[in-house]
Amino acid sequence: MMRRLAGGGLIDRSSKLEVRVDGVSVSAHPGDTLASAALAAGGWLQSTSTVHGRPRGIMSAGAEEASALVQVEAPWSEPLVAAPAVEIPLQGLAASTLPGLRGRLTGDDEARHDRRHAHCDVLVVGAGQAGTAAAREAAGRGARVIVADRDFLPVDVDGDQVTVLIRTTAVGSYDDNFVVLVQRLSPERRRVWHVRAGEVVIATGAYERPLVFPGNDRPGVMLAGALRTYRERFAVAPERPAVFTNNDAGLDVARTLDAIVIDLRRGRTVVGTEAGPGGLAAVLVAPIDAPADAERVECDVLGVSGGFDPVLDLHRHRRGPVRWDDRRACFVPDGALPGQRVVGSAAGEGLPEVAAGWLLPGEEAAAYVDLHRDVTVADLRRAVNAGLSSIEHVKRYTLAGTGADQGRTAKTNASAISAELLGQRAGDVGTTTTRPPVEPVPFAVLAGRARGDRFDPVRTTPIHDWHVEQGAVFEDVGQWKRPWFYPRDSEDMDAAVLRECAAAREAVAMMDASTLGKIDVQGPDAAEFLNRLYTNAMDTLKVGRGRYFLMCRADGMVFDDGVALRLADDRFLTTTTTGNAAAVLDWMEEWLQTEWPDLRVHLTSVTEQLATVAVVGPRARDLLAPLVPDLDLSAEGFPFMAAHDAAVGGLAARIARVSFSGELAFEVTVPGFHGLELWRTLWASGEPFGVTAYGTETMHVLRAEKGYVIVGQETDGTVTPLDLGMDWIVSKAKDFVGKRALRRTDTTRADRKQLVGLLPIDPHVRLPEGAQLVDVDSAPPAAMIGHVTSSYHSAALGRTFALAMVRRGSERHGETVYAPLPEGTFPATIADPVLFDPQGARRDG
Amino acid sequence: MLLIPCPWCGPRDEIEFRYGGEAHVAYPADPPVVDDLELARYIFYRGNPKGRFQERWVHQQGCRRWFNLVRDTVTHEIAGSYLPGQEPPA
Repeated sequence: MMRRLAGGGLIDRSSKLEVRVDGVSVSAHPGDTLASAALAAGGWLQSTSTVHGRPRGIMSAGAEEASALVQVEAPWSEPLVAAPAVEIPLQGLAASTLPGLRGRLTGDDEARHDRRHAHCDVLVVGAGQAGTAAAREAAGRGARVIVADRDFLPVDVDGDQVTVLIRTTAVGSYDDNFVVLVQRLSPERRRVWHVRAGEVVIATGAYERPLVFPGNDRPGVMLAGALRTYRERFAVAPERPAVFTNNDAGLDVARTLDAIVIDLRRGRTVVGTEAGPGGLAAVLVAPIDAPADAERVECDVLGVSGGFDPVLDLHRHRRGPVRWDDRRACFVPDGALPGQRVVGSAAGEGLPEVAAGWLLPGEEAAAYVDLHRDVTVADLRRAVNAGLSSIEHVKRYTLAGTGADQGRTAKTNASAISAELLGQRAGDVGTTTTRPPVEPVPFAVLAGRARGDRFDPVRTTPIHDWHVEQGAVFEDVGQWKRPWFYPRDSEDMDAAVLRECAAAREAVAMMDASTLGKIDVQGPDAAEFLNRLYTNAMDTLKVGRGRYFLMCRADGMVFDDGVALRLADDRFLTTTTTGNAAAVLDWMEEWLQTEWPDLRVHLTSVTEQLATVAVVGPRARDLLAPLVPDLDLSAEGFPFMAAHDAAVGGLAARIARVSFSGELAFEVTVPGFHGLELWRTLWASGEPFGVTAYGTETMHVLRAEKGYVIVGQETDGTVTPLDLGMDWIVSKAKDFVGKRALRRTDTTRADRKQLVGLLPIDPHVRLPEGAQLVDVDSAPPAAMIGHVTSSYHSAALGRTFALAMVRRGSERHGETVYAPLPEGTFPATIADPVLFDPQGARRDG
Repeated sequence: MLLIPCPWCGPRDEIEFRYGGEAHVAYPADPPVVDDLELARYIFYRGNPKGRFQERWVHQQGCRRWFNLVRDTVTHEIAGSYLPGQEPPA
């Protein structure tokens, strides 16, 4: 049984701390870990193993722990934490052992984790002897140094430009010396560091690995080096230790602890262990060539040492090369990566030579290779006998090395024993791939402050507060919050939308159109530039007039649409789809910079600088007229697609006759700062006419009734302007990006999907958007000939309707197609996509 | 995460950039006259070598300018960046 010694250790005996383990109080001192406190109290944090239900206890003194993984319950919550790596906080630590190592996620992690970015000349990972020496050397020549160490012991490196981070693990190493650290700021809070370093010094040390013999998993069997750590750092020691080793480091521990020695190099091996009170009662020791001749050696704890493995996670994350070192029986770095060094025992320095021989005699089903995953030598033999010869396959078959401990103490044994079973030399089967993170990192820590409202930026228009006051229901469009509809009283969405649509078609309605992307295109070659990108001509557009346009990718597929207003000979204001604004600006800049650098054009995003209100409906003129007494708003004086600068209720504004509803409509644009005032001014003027606010859903219905497409709804990157029946907008006279592609074999196929209107035979049936369409009302299989892209109830039509993309659709008007849905098959008639006011009579009011 | 040498801004983190695919795939000088195969080569065909690759990047979150980069697709080693119209580094 382990017990605390009367003196010694790096613990503060003047102060006492309380810890609760499985609800029982355990006393500890500052400087203790959860594992050292448990051992000092005579326990092993004993629990049961994952598969075999065997008793297991603490087997290490560090993060490599494979057995004593506990659930931390307070002051933070985290499953499967290595108990030897848990520092005892000043108060409130509670943890429980996990039968079967089944961790549980409990509640939300509400701690304020955060993130920092840092640059340094030298990042040293690990502050043991080699790391400390490297950090001092770098600090001495004036370098900016960051030293990160996983432990909580003080690090003795000083300097003006030195940052020492203890309780900090380097969890991942990425291209060009980008290293991610996770620092524990307090028991609950952590900080993620993104470090870009000139040089990375990997000084992560080496993990001792156990020997694999029958009964090696029992509480009381632990790594020999851990015995030394518990004694020297925590003043916790066994009464009657024994050490089983194949190397001089183990022998050294035995001497320090005055332990019985079982030296594999002298032909002696352990063939079994016996449990006793507080650890072991005895081990069975036999000559390696006569395992039946076992003698019983009494001891309470057995330290084991099977050699050491350099900790090369960071080196391996970047596919740093390693080679097998036969004498020390481990993988060591085979050269470093550019800008990196591996030093100290991580490089294999000072590691002891190890006796040959991996497979020890005795019951293979009781000899554990991976304590976490309960993988025995018998399991490895089964894998090899099943024909697996790659260590990656053996790993997947047996799960060796796949536990929360990532097989730190198991990997080399699994690889070398598999090699021996295959009749190969240790090292020949290689080692498994190492990937970040080095230790589990909670998602809450990675998310940091970017959660809840801060998960993604929220964009609102200058008029947003008014929408909120009116009880609008909002829809996310990209990062924008757009009013979706404005329910009155107990209205549902359908009722609200029918009311809003009717107002726009019969009286006057207003919509906040500020989210529309807006790009200011300026320069002597602006018209030429837009001519090359848009499907229709822009050089013929008169100043003060606007034109609807389409833009294609080079493959001829529709990419965006909008309206371009010509403000001057050398200046256009163009709009983009709300969700596409950034992509459109990028696309235009790409052509300007990479293909046509000779064009003198500048592009500026002005989306957020401007606020736009659409005033829509037959009484739009009545609403606007009192505010602009000097402006002729008549159809002749202010024709469709004209634009005028005017003061609207004292606000400098631009008014354009643009319509996305087919109704008489004016879009009024002011600097964003005046957006809300403009809205209130227009609203007050419209109240005598029953002005109604409408949202995106009504906008969609109104435009769909007119057969106006929405890029990204009717189109999906496989639709050409011709598929949309928009040949009228494709210039015959000039070239534009994507024009040549409209003559490709594929884009000229007769059986392409084309835009149509769809009228369900039952006028109450609203087909779901995305529904597939077939030609026959019969059981499947049936060829899919198209799909529904938009589908609504129409107040104006007094029925439901849809837009759809249907093969050869433009020549099939009047025919019937079917939408097979789980609740039945619904017939619908193909129609022209323009279902409302096909003559366009309402546009001028 | 790559450290990309923007020719205008200097070395910056990869997250500031957007990838633009293979470099030196020129838009046809006279698109109306190219045949379908030539057009397809421009639109669809791209190299995917194992090793040294000339590729386009744009410093999206920085100066917003396009440039070319020579990168090894296996080791991610960057030989250097160069401006559109310039010769790639050796």
